[in-house]
Amino acid sequence: MSCCEAKARRVAEEAATAELVASVMRKEDGRAALIVAAPDISCGACIGRIERGLAEEPSVVEVRVNLTQRRVSLTLRAPEDAPAAVAALADLGYRVTPLDPEEGQAEDPELKHLIRAVAVAGFAAGNVMLLSVSVWSGADGATRDLFHLISALIAVPAAAFAGQTFFRSAIRAIRKGRLNMDVPISLAVILALGLSLERSLAGGEEAYFDAAVMLLFFLLIGRTLDRRMRVRARSAVTSLSRLAVRRATLVEEGVARSVPVEEVTVGMLLRVLPGARVPADGRIEAGTSDLDRALITGEAAPVPVGPGVEVEGGTLNLTGPIDLRVERPPSRSYLAEVQRMLAAAEVGRGGYVRIADRMARIYAPAVHLLALSAGLGWWLSGAGPLAAITTAIAVLIVTCPCALGLAVPVVHVVGAGRLFEAGILMRDGSALERLAEADHVIFDKTGTLSIGLDAHPPEGLSPRDAGPALVLALASSHPAAAAVARALSGTSVVAVEGLREVPGAGVEARVDGRWARLGRGDWVGEIAEPGPTPTGLAFACEGSPIHRFEVTERLRPGAAETIRDLNIQRIPSEILSGDSAPAVATIATALDIPGSADVRPEGKLARIEELKRGGRRVLMVGDGLNDAPALGAAHVSMAPAGAADVGRAAADFVFLRDSLVSVTEAMEVARRAQSLVRQNFGLALLYNAIAVPLAVAGLVTPLVAAIAMSASSIIVIANSLRLLVRHRRKRLPVPVALPEAQPA
Amino acid sequence: MTNLLILIPAALSLGAIGLGAFLWSLRAGQYEDLEGAAHRILEDDEE
Repeated sequence: MSCCEAKARRVAEEAATAELVASVMRKEDGRAALIVAAPDISCGACIGRIERGLAEEPSVVEVRVNLTQRRVSLTLRAPEDAPAAVAALADLGYRVTPLDPEEGQAEDPELKHLIRAVAVAGFAAGNVMLLSVSVWSGADGATRDLFHLISALIAVPAAAFAGQTFFRSAIRAIRKGRLNMDVPISLAVILALGLSLERSLAGGEEAYFDAAVMLLFFLLIGRTLDRRMRVRARSAVTSLSRLAVRRATLVEEGVARSVPVEEVTVGMLLRVLPGARVPADGRIEAGTSDLDRALITGEAAPVPVGPGVEVEGGTLNLTGPIDLRVERPPSRSYLAEVQRMLAAAEVGRGGYVRIADRMARIYAPAVHLLALSAGLGWWLSGAGPLAAITTAIAVLIVTCPCALGLAVPVVHVVGAGRLFEAGILMRDGSALERLAEADHVIFDKTGTLSIGLDAHPPEGLSPRDAGPALVLALASSHPAAAAVARALSGTSVVAVEGLREVPGAGVEARVDGRWARLGRGDWVGEIAEPGPTPTGLAFACEGSPIHRFEVTERLRPGAAETIRDLNIQRIPSEILSGDSAPAVATIATALDIPGSADVRPEGKLARIEELKRGGRRVLMVGDGLNDAPALGAAHVSMAPAGAADVGRAAADFVFLRDSLVSVTEAMEVARRAQSLVRQNFGLALLYNAIAVPLAVAGLVTPLVAAIAMSASSIIVIANSLRLLVRHRRKRLPVPVALPEAQPA
Repeated sequence: MTNLLILIPAALSLGAIGLGAFLWSLRAGQYEDLEGAAHRILEDDEE
């Protein structure tokens, strides 16, 4: 409750503001573009409120709300206006999270190209199909030849445009001497078109133009949806390296000068000013200050430091200048260490192979082998080369993985949509698969299981005392005082005089000629009615009995429900926190799960490795800087929207709502998605089991191929859409030791 | 046969117009905010 702490908070706020300004994209004309996610935008009325409300803001040039994506795009006069604009949004009642410039960008060109390709392929497929239907229903002679010719004129250019994605990827694969799914697809399309072209010019009866373009159409739908799910390469390492210090202030013979951090060596004396990050690990020689050690403990509460104390590189100096003697070079500092851990964790994550790719590895060679042996078989058994080639092509067409290509992306797009509705952003396409496999959950404490503090007014507090207590609480910006203010919010305020904040003690003021104090127990006890002085936060009027406010950490709403749901599903959960043992124990007891305290980032990482070796798949839920390596290393990870930038970048999912229930909700969607994906693979294989023997037997005419392909694709899509059907489970209220916060 | 000479080009050009319209609307950003567009039409602008 000191002035230092208020200052510390201001410095921390300034750091957050600087981060916000950094996330703004500068335009050429000096203006700035800012895109923020605002999950609370829910209806049409919000559009008008935000757009009209911000239009009055002088710094905002243009504002556009996107209701579908729950985003607001702002054009500002200058990047420095960003905090004002965000504050204006907050005043309107919308919580916002700035998006990375890359993340905020509208669409990637590849996706646009794919959508255009889908449109062209769809147009071609529809028209060729109409012509083919006429042929199947009996057009012959010159009419049939004309229809085939028109089909060719539509199908060949359409395939040349729409098939590029597959052709390019196939060529890349072959160059590397590998087979992927695109090789049989390209072969099937090109061979089918070539064969049909040759046939129709020769006046033949059958042509596969419709099959070729329809194939492209269905495959492109799958590919487009898949692309939508793919998130641009992101790296939490980059956003962590933003914290790294570029220059350090070197003190030599009493003179300070700025040097690049690379020149810092062991034994140098560095000065760290308030608001700057410590460049290297060292020991303080002079000066006292408060440090934000969130990088190590995840706790934002400042820690007082003085001469002789060891400080880690990467921690943020908040209040006073300190001089420290470097003990390790910056390249071996704590921050560099965390960065290395995170990089290693991200590399390890890259090893995950998605289900669809695992299938493709088996499927692609099998298809080639099948088509080749079918063709050879027919040829050797005496059929003409033309019949043999036709059969081989028919096998390729029929086995083309339309249904397989749709099996995963449709489910994942629908799943991501379901999650988005629930306020959960998915940052990686394979995350849904990995989340479905999670069988152990690790929670961080501060910011994840708990948010802020709660004060419980003492029972004996009379309404006459509550008024002054509220006024005193409102006067301080200390988190505990803010909690008291919240707890007493129903009371009416009273007039006070001489209001002042006493550093390190509390707030005092005169009410009706008597002093009233809110603050540290012993300090309040000085003026209260004589008696035992309580520890912790207390309030008293001069000569009156002392009242003790119990301050507890506030559980994140839904925390108890989440833990109960995990217990029902027999998924063990635990707390790994950088905080001290008593604080962790309180939360752990309230939720009845095991908790470990004083765990540093490397400790979290070690625990995850240990569980991994035991064959567990860990879901890490955390928010802090100190959680980033663990978020990167876990099988799958989630972070709340309030998380540090690095934490958000390292996590697979970001949940925007306050409630922790998002964790179990996401797991449920992931599991249902997984079972639908499995069913889809089953359906696709069933289709192949029926169609392939027919194709090998030479029974697949263009008509059969058209029906079989579209039927299997539509069945798979329809099955995937079942994810939209909600399974509402009844949620029972859970009794907990700690009162839960009311959702705002 | 002669009616085919009229009907087929007619059918194809209608399809092509549809395709062209879609490609245009894609480029013009008509699909950026489908939900918002549905609500905007109900908003009163003048006040």
